[in-house]
Amino acid sequence: MATLTINGKTATVNAAPDTPLLWVLRDELTMTGTKFGCGMGLCGACTVLADGEPVRSCSTPLADVAGKKITTIEGLSPNGSHPLQKAWIAENVPQCGYCQAGQIMSAAALLMKNRKPSDADIDEAMNGNLCRCGTYQRIRRAIHRAAGEVQS
Amino acid sequence: MSVIKLDRRNFVKLASVAGAGLVLGVTISTAKAKKGGGPATEHPLGAFVAVGTDGVITVYVSKSDMGQGVRTSLPMIVAEELDADWKSVRIRQADLGKEFGRQGTGGSSSIRTMWKPLRTAGATARAMLVGAAAAKWGVEAKDIAVANGVVSHGSHKATYGELAVEAAKLAVPKDVALKDPSKFTIIGKKANRLDTPDLVVGRSQYGIDVKVPGMLYAVVARSPVFDGTIKSVDATKAKAMPGVRDVVKIDPIGTDLPWAGVAVVADSTWAAMKGREALDITWSEGTETTDALRARMDELITSGAAKRAHDVGDVEAALGAADRRHEARYEVPYLAHACMEPMNATASVTRDGIEIWSPTQFPDWIGSSAAKAAGVAPEKVKVHVTLLGGGFGRRANPDFGLEAVLLSKAVGKPVHVQWTREDDMQHDYYRPPSVHRMTGGLDANGRLVAWHHRMSSPSIDAYFGENDAAGSEIGGIDDLRHLIPAFRLEYGHAQSAVPRGWWRSVENSGNAFVVHSFLDELAHEAGRDPIEFRLAMLPEGKVVVPTEERQKDYAFSADRLRKVIEIARDKSGWGSSRPAAGRARGFAAWWSFLSYAAEVVEVSIEGGRPRVHRVVAAIDCGTPVNPDGIAAQVEGGIVYGLTAALDGEITIDGGKVAQSNFHDYPLLRMSEMPVVEVHIVPSTAPPTGTGEPGLPPLAPAVANALFVLTGKRMRSLPLRIT
Repeated sequence: MATLTINGKTATVNAAPDTPLLWVLRDELTMTGTKFGCGMGLCGACTVLADGEPVRSCSTPLADVAGKKITTIEGLSPNGSHPLQKAWIAENVPQCGYCQAGQIMSAAALLMKNRKPSDADIDEAMNGNLCRCGTYQRIRRAIHRAAGEVQS
Repeated sequence: MSVIKLDRRNFVKLASVAGAGLVLGVTISTAKAKKGGGPATEHPLGAFVAVGTDGVITVYVSKSDMGQGVRTSLPMIVAEELDADWKSVRIRQADLGKEFGRQGTGGSSSIRTMWKPLRTAGATARAMLVGAAAAKWGVEAKDIAVANGVVSHGSHKATYGELAVEAAKLAVPKDVALKDPSKFTIIGKKANRLDTPDLVVGRSQYGIDVKVPGMLYAVVARSPVFDGTIKSVDATKAKAMPGVRDVVKIDPIGTDLPWAGVAVVADSTWAAMKGREALDITWSEGTETTDALRARMDELITSGAAKRAHDVGDVEAALGAADRRHEARYEVPYLAHACMEPMNATASVTRDGIEIWSPTQFPDWIGSSAAKAAGVAPEKVKVHVTLLGGGFGRRANPDFGLEAVLLSKAVGKPVHVQWTREDDMQHDYYRPPSVHRMTGGLDANGRLVAWHHRMSSPSIDAYFGENDAAGSEIGGIDDLRHLIPAFRLEYGHAQSAVPRGWWRSVENSGNAFVVHSFLDELAHEAGRDPIEFRLAMLPEGKVVVPTEERQKDYAFSADRLRKVIEIARDKSGWGSSRPAAGRARGFAAWWSFLSYAAEVVEVSIEGGRPRVHRVVAAIDCGTPVNPDGIAAQVEGGIVYGLTAALDGEITIDGGKVAQSNFHDYPLLRMSEMPVVEVHIVPSTAPPTGTGEPGLPPLAPAVANALFVLTGKRMRSLPLRIT
């Protein structure tokens, strides 16, 4: 039994301490917004925030996030109103959309630290998130757009 | 009352029930479709349009959305002819159903094949709604105006919702008139993707997200060797692992399920994964290697065993008489699809039949294959199509769905089978490798007068038991016979146990690299500008009418190809401005999936690796339905092509795939993303493909730019600078 704080709520889970956070979220808590891509932290599809830091939940054991505040795509905003979520819609970023929860969570972590990221900042923060559909150009535009909104 | 809450299968019955509104099924049959894709397919179609009494327009999308945006663009077509308020349009994903005709999604064909049926469906519904208003008001239908779902005549006004019940009582009119394209208000304008709001809050449902009450999770150990078998299994340790319920053997079923496997069925995905690690399996061994296959392909080409597929003019005489001859050998490797969502499916097999939830491109294929595999009547198979986390051709095949069906049948509970990334990369239906040898002949004026092409590959069609092995392999090369006076194409099928399948743009992906790199070589041999050389091959007004009747609306037009080349040339600054220091430009153009695409790239070399800075693309895909969606598809094709050009290579050793995850099969990342500009040619021609045509020109354009930079011709993919 472990107690987690996810999106501001406390959840008690039965999974063994070595279980990756991803599978606890998806199978035990049926929070399926966080995706499985590679299981090795190579693609970023499973990115969530732990105390505001982006972590790859596929390779983060449950034991490592005990006591940390976890934010998933479902909890990024109460109603899809985060500037990134709005920017993703405005720029028509997603194609298949599968990697986008991870992309948005990585971008959210970036904007928390850097309210006006440059292209180079975006490259650095987003390079761990793969998109097979090739939406990078739109992701970049959407991050700039959201940063503009955060600023104003 | 909103029809959106009703079960689709009741729609036909409910259509006449007061309150349900107008529900319309339109089925138009055309020629038989070919599995998997290729441009020469036409799908028989059906589609439901429902108009609720609340004014909600529900469009049933019968095609799978793997990122191409058909869940937005197909409803746009209906809404246009219906004169609906776009904001009132809702989408429902169609389950497998005969009323939808062939549902398979592939060959960049969704918009092309649904264009007429969906326009007709929208126009028919509009005619019935207008007819209901005409009867109600005692006026002529032709005098009634419709805008944004509101019907009006003089002082009369009614919404579609108010007319739906009366409209449903009318006979369905035949031969309704379709709109003049100049009157389009929805088609041709940017529409935001209807799926995005759910997606950005984590609410969209992919195959991996399906949860069925009582469901168990399975992970399968598959033979790492293709066509391999299980020699022994000891499941004792696995069965003792916490959460593991059962261990089940899976026997292959031909090409529908080519993998012998041992499944661990458990209470959670993680328990199944841990259980699989505890299995002790001895597999049969394999000997196949990429090098051995390459040798077989070269042998087929040089021994004369390749069969003649096309022969126009006298190629030997033309080459003999040529002022200059040039010869080269090219090759491309196996490629994996690497969809971001690893393969998975959920199935429930009960006494009543089979229910499948699958991120599939072909619900029809998994439906019929599952019926056969489980010994159930086809009408007792339900297939729900989820969102697809990428498809690119991989999700045409029913293998992952069949595993779920067999496992559910074995354990008597619903089962979700989940592949890992390693499973996905090592058990794909791969883009076949190929080897090519070409001889080109130039006349004294530097014109291309002869082309002798010999090609070998392990054929996709041959893998699936088709007689004509060349059918899936030579596309795009064969088009040269219309443009070069003397042309011969020979093809030799190389045997291999490695499964092959349809990888985004299929044979065009490799063939465009080979043909357009060699054209560039010939242009340099002739001392001519590569674009000017290519344009000289496109006589003004030349049209090639396909022999197949159903393709006659899509004749190849040299003028349309020339136009996209000119746009890419002019927008990129080719010939009018110099690229930045250290950069060079490269060009290629390709006609595939009945669309025309040209690309100019700007490339440098950074840290011993090609770096593509900019891609200027032009596409003519007929009438653009959702221009922003088309741009996205071309951007996507370019990135998919660039990943292959820079890094894509699957190798075989000991009968197994050597690569396993993104560390050794890397995909393009943000830091290497070029700036991509997409120019769409305005057109009123029937719409054609957009998902694939942007891909083929990319690799040759990059290789051609690298030649300018290095003076060295790179004749194999990926483009590794040595």
